[in-house]
Amino acid sequence: MPEQLLQFLVTGITVGSLYALVGLGFAIIYNASDVVNFAQGEFVMLGAMMAIALLSAGFPLPLAALLATLLTVLVGLLLERFAIEPAAGAPVVTTIIITIGAAILLRGVALLLWGKDFHPMPAFSGDAPIHLLGGSTLLPQSLWVMGVTVLLVALVRVFFNRTLLGKALLACSFNRSAAQLVGINVRVMLRLAYGLSAGLGALAGILIAPITFSSYEAGIMLGLKGFSAAIVGGIGNPMGAVAGGLLLGVLEALGAGLISSGYKDAIAFLFVLMVLFFEPTGLFGHKAAERV
Amino acid sequence: MRLAGFFALAAGVIALPVLFPNNYFVIVVGIAAGLHVILAVGLNLLMGYAGQISLGHAAFFGIGAYASAILTTRYAWPALLALAAGLVVAGVIAWLLARPILRLRGHYLAMATLGFGVIAHVIMVQATHWTGGPDGLTGIPPLNFLGWSVNNDLHGYGVVAAAMLLAIWLSLNIVDSRVGRALRALRGSEFAAQMLGIDTSRAKTQVFVASALFAAFAGSLFAHQQGFVSPDSFNLTVSVELVTMVVLGGLASTYGAACGAIALTLLHQGLVVFEDYEMLIHGALLMAVMIFLPQGLFVGLSQAARWAWRTARGMTP
Amino acid sequence: MGLAHGARHDALTAPLLAVEGLEQSFGGVMALAGVSFQVPAGLIYAVIGPNGAGKTTLFNALCGFYAPSAGSIRFEGSELLGLPPCRIAARGVTRTFQNLQLFFTMTVLENVMVGCHLRARTGLLAAALRLPRVRREERQLRAWAHEALELCELADRAAQPAGTLPYGLMKRVEIARALAAKPRLLLLDEPAAGLNDTETFALRDLIARIRAAGVTVLLVEHHMPLVMSVSDHLLVLDYGSVLAEGTPADIQADARVISAYLGGAVQYAV
Repeated sequence: MPEQLLQFLVTGITVGSLYALVGLGFAIIYNASDVVNFAQGEFVMLGAMMAIALLSAGFPLPLAALLATLLTVLVGLLLERFAIEPAAGAPVVTTIIITIGAAILLRGVALLLWGKDFHPMPAFSGDAPIHLLGGSTLLPQSLWVMGVTVLLVALVRVFFNRTLLGKALLACSFNRSAAQLVGINVRVMLRLAYGLSAGLGALAGILIAPITFSSYEAGIMLGLKGFSAAIVGGIGNPMGAVAGGLLLGVLEALGAGLISSGYKDAIAFLFVLMVLFFEPTGLFGHKAAERV
Repeated sequence: MRLAGFFALAAGVIALPVLFPNNYFVIVVGIAAGLHVILAVGLNLLMGYAGQISLGHAAFFGIGAYASAILTTRYAWPALLALAAGLVVAGVIAWLLARPILRLRGHYLAMATLGFGVIAHVIMVQATHWTGGPDGLTGIPPLNFLGWSVNNDLHGYGVVAAAMLLAIWLSLNIVDSRVGRALRALRGSEFAAQMLGIDTSRAKTQVFVASALFAAFAGSLFAHQQGFVSPDSFNLTVSVELVTMVVLGGLASTYGAACGAIALTLLHQGLVVFEDYEMLIHGALLMAVMIFLPQGLFVGLSQAARWAWRTARGMTP
Repeated sequence: MGLAHGARHDALTAPLLAVEGLEQSFGGVMALAGVSFQVPAGLIYAVIGPNGAGKTTLFNALCGFYAPSAGSIRFEGSELLGLPPCRIAARGVTRTFQNLQLFFTMTVLENVMVGCHLRARTGLLAAALRLPRVRREERQLRAWAHEALELCELADRAAQPAGTLPYGLMKRVEIARALAAKPRLLLLDEPAAGLNDTETFALRDLIARIRAAGVTVLLVEHHMPLVMSVSDHLLVLDYGSVLAEGTPADIQADARVISAYLGGAVQYAV
């Protein structure tokens, strides 16, 4: 039993890292624009699918990953410019539907480009499982996922806490008009936020693709789980979203292992509902009450 | 004349199969559109009038459908009794969920309703013993009114059309009443509504239950009409489409929601021709309407028409 | 002006509203530091004070929007503290808002009919089926709403969407809506803010008519000529405490009020 638990934990943290990155993207965009971006999961899918396409076109992995990320960032910027900006100040329902529309559109594009099949992606450094104590195993790719997630989260933290640009973006999230008054270009900041979370999403997708494979629909559930991570962590709290993602991943893996793998999504969302009912501002504090 | 639009609609619904007898398209698409109208009109009470979003409404649609399916195929209940049971089950679940869920607002409410929808869908797929799992249940008998069985498409069209008109009539009545005004008031200003003695959480609970009942009603009709159900008809995509219908038509208008439902049903039929492009066009259209006609097609276009009419009459105010 | 002194004295013995030691703090800042006062029935009672003195906080506490940390609010002898706003409204207290809280997309008549909510009982099911009694009740609500509109001189605007009215009339619709609930105490939060002189003058008459209709008025207002001319009794708040109270004449002569609030420049010919 204990060794099984270790296995669940390893799986949970791997998947949780992914949720953490997607949740982080949600939080960054929400902070900057008060919009919950339902196309966040599609960034993950696009990153993975483009990297797979570039790999099969003969690009080496680092270059394929870089290009796929940059292209996804471009999609993020386009989304902000042509869908979010024109609807500035619209009610919550409107922005929710716009981003849902964007998600369906991106899925439709992916369907045209890559069909309905699942596409595999080779692991970054082999498939030979690493044996841990008591029979648990760890895929090298899981180490990549966890390692890069730690690195990215640390970079995002440094960006927000140490760089002028990051602080300017943070200022926008606290008070947009005040930020404007002190000379911050809010429009540029908005695009920065969308670019940044698109990039994070793409990287998450590229990291996980060797484990889960990818398809045009892969982003739906990932997006929802990332949104859940952001809510569990306290919407608008980036590090809370990371913690929420990890928690959700571990919980889901435990639920799948101990109760039933078929119900793992139900368990995850039941947990989210419980958090919303009893601690609606999230488990890890939050920036401000819901601003609707 | 308060119900002028309603009678015009009823006339149109009756005229269609008379004008196009034995037309597959009119009957089959008409049935789908009618069910969508019931769903959209019910959801509009919650979203358009009470201002509360639900991204999990397909769950109630599914609860109605599965209640009918399970009770008729496994326990041999008469169809009408199964339909009533579906309404009771959906109503009770909605009532239990309403208080905790409707305390939430905006994105939190979106997340909670979405989570509920996913959970309901997972149960439909996984509780194989009850629901038949991913393959669903087959052999659901048609509705039967005291021996008159709804066993051909034209009868089906008639029943769905009558149900749709009933749903629209109920919705119009609710909106134009003390209860409907209270809902619109709480959407305008919750604080002011409370200061006028409106128990806002009670009002929200009631409308949440009412809209769940509309959905479950449509679900039962759907199950008896189709003869089979499977979880795919009640997933997140369906919930999103229901929201789309309401918003497409224009929030806070019963006829708007009905138009949105019909428009989206026809759009799906039309897009089938484009096969792989369907999803792309659907997404693009959704974004375009929300960006350029945020009040929805029906409301947006009717305002544009009014504006054109006034301009044509020489700018008299 | 106003009621005879004898009548006012009788009313004082059984106050409509009695506030005792009301305290409300926000993160350590005492917005209300033990406020006590009594409002006799049938009066126009004004609360004045500099910005930030706690007037709107007092209103929000009275109508259940805040949960004061100490004190009591007794209305017609029973406690209001701890009741949600809708229950307080049901006891007979309604209000208007400093920042308009109209239902902008509804017509003026519908706004005022929402005000009649407490006087009707139609439930969801009866409404959906539009039973005969629902129709009768609708007719009754319309009649009541028209009465309130007549009183506020808005009858000709009944069918207009509330959001399309000029600002001054919107404020008046809020008053009509609150009156339609048939309150015994009406809280008016800065009704003259944003009005021009003519409108303010008409507002004065309206407030007098409201009192004449038997509704006690509690008024928060910055417009001193209006306050001094329409009120029977004044309460001056400063830093969350009662600085003074009395008739308009008393207040205008009060040295503390003059130094703390009126700044010495009192020139209100009443």
